[in-house]
Amino acid sequence: MKINKLAIFLIGLGLVAPFALYPVFLMKVMCFALFACAFNLLLGYVGLLSFGHAAFLGTGGYVTGYLMMNTGITPELGILCGTIAAGLLGAVYGKLAVKREGIYFAMVTLALAQLAFFVYLQAPFTGGEDGMQGVPRGMLFGLIDLNDNMNMYYFVFAIFLFGFWLVNRTVHSPFGQILKAIRENEPRAVSLGYNVNDYKWAVFIISAALAGMAGATKTLVFELASLTDAHWHMSGEVVLMTLLGGMGTILGPIVGAASVVGIQNYMSGGELGNYVHIIMGLIFVVCVLAFRNGIVGEIQKVIKRNFN
Amino acid sequence: MATFLGINLFGLFGQLLVGLINGSFYALLSLGLAIIFGLLKIINFAQGALYMVGAFFAWIALDSMGVNYWAALVFVPLAVGAIGVLMERFLLRPIANEDHLYSLLLTFGLALILQGTFTHLYGSSGLSYAIPEALKGGTRLPFMYLPNYRAWIIVASLVVCAGTWYMIEKTKLGAYLRAGTENPALMQAFGINVPLIVTLTFGFGVGLAGLAGVMAAPVYAVSPEMGSNMLIVVFAIVVIGGMGSIGGAILTGLGMGIVEGLTKYFYPEASTTVIFVVMVVVLLTKPAGLFGKEA
Repeated sequence: MKINKLAIFLIGLGLVAPFALYPVFLMKVMCFALFACAFNLLLGYVGLLSFGHAAFLGTGGYVTGYLMMNTGITPELGILCGTIAAGLLGAVYGKLAVKREGIYFAMVTLALAQLAFFVYLQAPFTGGEDGMQGVPRGMLFGLIDLNDNMNMYYFVFAIFLFGFWLVNRTVHSPFGQILKAIRENEPRAVSLGYNVNDYKWAVFIISAALAGMAGATKTLVFELASLTDAHWHMSGEVVLMTLLGGMGTILGPIVGAASVVGIQNYMSGGELGNYVHIIMGLIFVVCVLAFRNGIVGEIQKVIKRNFN
Repeated sequence: MATFLGINLFGLFGQLLVGLINGSFYALLSLGLAIIFGLLKIINFAQGALYMVGAFFAWIALDSMGVNYWAALVFVPLAVGAIGVLMERFLLRPIANEDHLYSLLLTFGLALILQGTFTHLYGSSGLSYAIPEALKGGTRLPFMYLPNYRAWIIVASLVVCAGTWYMIEKTKLGAYLRAGTENPALMQAFGINVPLIVTLTFGFGVGLAGLAGVMAAPVYAVSPEMGSNMLIVVFAIVVIGGMGSIGGAILTGLGMGIVEGLTKYFYPEASTTVIFVVMVVVLLTKPAGLFGKEA
């Protein structure tokens, strides 16, 4: 019941938001929010810290960008292909990464993502350092012109809602309950007969595919697929978004993504641009030292303490 | 003599040398990571940033204070080690009982701060550091030309690595350290100040990164990015070697440097990715790493 009210509120907010704020900014927030939700599925609900999610964001972006530029398919199919490509990469990387746990998992994913980064840096079709420029947004279903920012906005909003719904559905399914059991006590989950690595692998693929969907959508919004999306800084940023918003909470990644993108947008305009990395680093340190539940987590704690 | 089986020996040995140099730095950095991991069970994400800080300290010392290379070789590792001691005491210790992933994220945040600060102060273009007078020039060997400074790097890093290995495996201090790795609570019960050992160990591991930074300054351009690029490769090396032993970390670091050098000669396109490919192969065949102990 509570979730439904929340969902209605979110949808309402999303529908009216472009009349109050710049649509491109909102689309950027939604792309990153989707990326962070996908990431949170792994970190928050299974306890797996992936430091290589940029690879999936970048793969989704490049595949969709390449198809949109060279084959003339419609944008919804382009995004679908980008999502599938990222999911396939996730299947390969996930199979390797779930062999190790904890800190090793983070290092393996980071190294694998760097492998993808170097491939994209050298491969001829990505445009190397310049990125893939001038990706057309195209006509949705061949009918709706996405070059109109409002049309694009509602398309992105629909994609975001779908991704958000899928993450929630996963978390609240029996499958999601097993994931939480793995997070809380892996040996017990093993002793109950669950093949823990297969569950981790499955959720890794879902997470990678959703991250790819975010990257594919982002490419259409900015008409650009760039190396930045595949760089390890991006993997760090999504960790920060999730940590700041509150890992393991449903709304946390959205709040975190909005905060981080908001800060970056605000700072890149002025002379503060040079300080972005320093500020991001400071937020990391403060979050870890004093604020481990994140914004949403802390609010939930206060509500629990005072109103229950 | 210049070619053998159609292979240009000058080119091959040249790349092997470059590989050995890179391997020396990999070994020093992964050795520091392994020592820290042994006692604190955390991976120091800031290791690469502190290596960069070491190189910058050497550059700043020479540029604005006229402190030469040899002095920098002594005081920069101490200064970087001191940063490590402060980091451990005031940032990592308060969260030592939380999930270790938080420590990793904390060190990642510190790496961003350090990198951002130096980018802001010195730009990202890279500064050059002159090779010290005594090590200029080179030796002509029958099969290649060996610059003295490069020979010095290999010898120095081997000596430091071997010395560290000896200290940890053969001395009483090392025995404390290994016992602390096995069972810190029991060590404490025997009246040994474990928190102090932890702090000093962290400082020492980080100091090794600072030392590597000073040695790297004349070879690579001193730039804020140098640490992060190096660190990701070192992570792959750590996964390949496993965190099982100190010797393993050194051997894997050197070995992967050589593998990289050989790839640069035979198939240059793959030279940036070969270590990651090796990592994948190791994960498939021996998931715990070549020297790893855990199942």
